[in-house]
Amino acid sequence: MKSERPLSPHLQVYKWQLSSLLSITHRLTSIINLTGITFFALWICMLFLGENIFSYYEIFAKTFIGKFIFIGFSWSFSYHLLNGIRHMFWDIGYGYDLKVANLSGIIVLILSFILTFLAWVI
Amino acid sequence: MVQFNLPKNSKIKKGNYFKSEKNLKNIKKVNVYRWNPEEGVNPRIDTYEVDMDNCGPMVLDALIKIKNEIDSSLTFRRSCREGICGSCAMNIDGSNTLACTKSSKEIKGDINIYPLPHMPVIKDLVPNLKQLYEQYQSIEPWIQSTKKSNGTEGLQTIQDRSKLDGLYECIMCACCATSCPSYWWNGDKYLGPAVLLQAYRWIIDSRDEERQKRLKKVADELKLFRCHTIMNCTNACPKGLNPAKAIGSIKKMLVTEKSS
Repeated sequence: MKSERPLSPHLQVYKWQLSSLLSITHRLTSIINLTGITFFALWICMLFLGENIFSYYEIFAKTFIGKFIFIGFSWSFSYHLLNGIRHMFWDIGYGYDLKVANLSGIIVLILSFILTFLAWVI
Repeated sequence: MVQFNLPKNSKIKKGNYFKSEKNLKNIKKVNVYRWNPEEGVNPRIDTYEVDMDNCGPMVLDALIKIKNEIDSSLTFRRSCREGICGSCAMNIDGSNTLACTKSSKEIKGDINIYPLPHMPVIKDLVPNLKQLYEQYQSIEPWIQSTKKSNGTEGLQTIQDRSKLDGLYECIMCACCATSCPSYWWNGDKYLGPAVLLQAYRWIIDSRDEERQKRLKKVADELKLFRCHTIMNCTNACPKGLNPAKAIGSIKKMLVTEKSS
């Protein structure tokens, strides 16, 4: 045998399924949340440091990027929370049928946006 | 560390184009992954123009037509042509399935065919499934019982037998195992959906007496819990089975059943 065996293509050719997309989103939001919580802690620290320093935060929060980041974080939290509930149902043995799993995924996705919307409107 | 890119020797190059000679109306382009160990070069994609008016309905028919009429060097596994042997498992149109039960008409545009993902390639569409078979062997897929046979079948109640429905139909074609990203990244340790479905099939067989031993053996962070319910396996299974559910059932069993 002259050459070593190649590895057949995987990520490069595999079609995204709804289930796999939601799954990787769950993992990505977990990373985002970890960063988010760190900044949330900083935000609380700033509260204690007094008005001057806290005003920096307020200025940042009013910019477009600031808004995008804050709303993004709340969506990330909502999604991870709701999909976590979906995972718990799996853990107790329900919702494995393909139709149910796809439906619950779509419901989680829609609810995560609604939750984000509610968090910022109310 | 997980490597998302293909290694250097696996990068795919452009291949040959086989144009059909006559001007035919119903032509479909079939793009096939090719690699020949004798040539010592990278894999490539060859494109064949196939006359679908004179071709059977399934993707396997198209492949056989290519091999018979256009390029006899094309290599792939096939046997039963009716979805029971599992030989012609491959990646068609972006997901794993059996070429013999996948209709060409269902596929819009070109038909893209690759070998089962993230496997060492032996030639063209033939992957090396040694690792998977070794893992299958490791779960001891046979009934283990100390009871002496009295010359008759080992009987089960109807309920106990029905627990095997949705499991015994598995033909070990490896479509699910090689669709699973977890198996791609950790296939050397994680057993993957196919083997775990089989493991569950023996765990819940009422005639088997080694349930505890089997559960203990599979209860491992890497062997079992690398399943993150991505469900590519269930999406891919050409037999309509649900490996994700079987894995979930093992996980649940480990919590609910007292181990001795």
